[in-house]
Amino acid sequence: MTTAQIRIFGKPILFFMLSLPALWLTVQWALYFSGEPNGLGINPQEISNRFSGRWTLRMLILALAVSPFAALINKPWPLMFRRMVGLFAFFYVTVHLGSYLGLDLALDFSALWRDIMERVYILFGVGAFLCLLPLAATSTKGWIKRLGAPRWKALHRLVYMAGLLAALHFLFLVKGNRLEPKIYAAIIAALLLWRLYRSLGSGPIKFGDSHLL
Amino acid sequence: PYAQAPLNKALSTEEPQTDYKALTSYNNFYEFGTDKSDPKRYASAMETEPWSVKVSGAVEKAGTYSFDDLITPSDLESRIYRLRCVEGWSMVVPWIGIPLHKIIRRLQPTSKARYVQFETLANRKMMRGLRFPVLDWPYKEGLRMDEALHPLTLLATGLYDAPLPNQNGAPLRLVIPWKYGFKSIKSIVAIRFTEKQPVTSWNQFAPSEYGFYANVNPEVRHPRWSQATERRIGDFRRRDSLMFNGYAEEVAGLYSGMDLRTYF
Repeated sequence: MTTAQIRIFGKPILFFMLSLPALWLTVQWALYFSGEPNGLGINPQEISNRFSGRWTLRMLILALAVSPFAALINKPWPLMFRRMVGLFAFFYVTVHLGSYLGLDLALDFSALWRDIMERVYILFGVGAFLCLLPLAATSTKGWIKRLGAPRWKALHRLVYMAGLLAALHFLFLVKGNRLEPKIYAAIIAALLLWRLYRSLGSGPIKFGDSHLL
Repeated sequence: PYAQAPLNKALSTEEPQTDYKALTSYNNFYEFGTDKSDPKRYASAMETEPWSVKVSGAVEKAGTYSFDDLITPSDLESRIYRLRCVEGWSMVVPWIGIPLHKIIRRLQPTSKARYVQFETLANRKMMRGLRFPVLDWPYKEGLRMDEALHPLTLLATGLYDAPLPNQNGAPLRLVIPWKYGFKSIKSIVAIRFTEKQPVTSWNQFAPSEYGFYANVNPEVRHPRWSQATERRIGDFRRRDSLMFNGYAEEVAGLYSGMDLRTYF
């Protein structure tokens, strides 16, 4: 396959696949509000928050995994999808925030403020969202030009902070000694350590032959 | 005997009761898994017949009791209580059981007995959740003696006119309606009368978050959930949580003179 083919077929397919969880959640809430049986269970807000939160973490991990994966296979083509995956991470964190603020707190902003002040995991979550916000806003080619590539790159390193805060958000949320948040945290830590290791050693990824896919 | 258990109106709430399906498919019973749907899925592996409870410590009638030794069917009564989970959700549950004080009086604790500790079954073959150390198994809970003897404290054996389903803590569990749900220990196999405040599982795991008393208190903040509000299962919006889960009139006297921010 050529680069053009991957772009033409790969992007819509990936877009469709990454949309599916959000599509499912939307359908379930639509069923809930029309009084129909739905997949949201006994405590719909809890399911909705957890579901959108897990998918945010998965999208963030996927976005952080693109570069290491490209380096691993020594091909540049995965980088073509990085922006889309990153934007999906931002999309899911927005859905997650919407679920929590709109459906769980029912837009009670004083309750949001109390949550931020009293619960450190909420602070981490809000922090992760605020890290991703400028990245989504400056995701276009125009912004790369406006900021200049080095500055744009430096700004987009905020995604590391977002990953770190998202992992902490989940770790501090659960009660009891739980395995799942530790697994997410370990994966994110590995993806960040890979970058640290590279920055100390060989520098940016150099592909053997950038034309070969 | 369950369908005939008389309703104790004086101690029951008239609020709408939570659906049987919700009560039995949304449970925290970590011995079967940490997901709310795990207990319903896996608790059937627990055998509850025969069942025995070991009574020990500062008590005259120490020994091992069968379910039938402890539970006299004619003593069963029905009580509709609010249940408030520390995670910020609540239910209204029609329990059937025997006030704990009736059973404690029969066991005759000695003058040294100032606290009671309870322990949940920890059987690796029947409880798949024990494979992972979410907590230091077996699960333990405890009460001060006056709390245990309070008329509201119930040893429940049934739910909605029938014996307790396994996921709700069959065959017998505690219900202390003015405390967070985790105090209401399930599937009890041991009762120990002690002089000193006993170890309780959540307090042991995170003492800064889960106090020994764990009374529902909207004024004591928690690092994970708002305790000022709660979602009644079935409602879309949250409602304000009440001091002692709305049982202040009955139980506030137990804590007079205590700083409830220190003893949370």
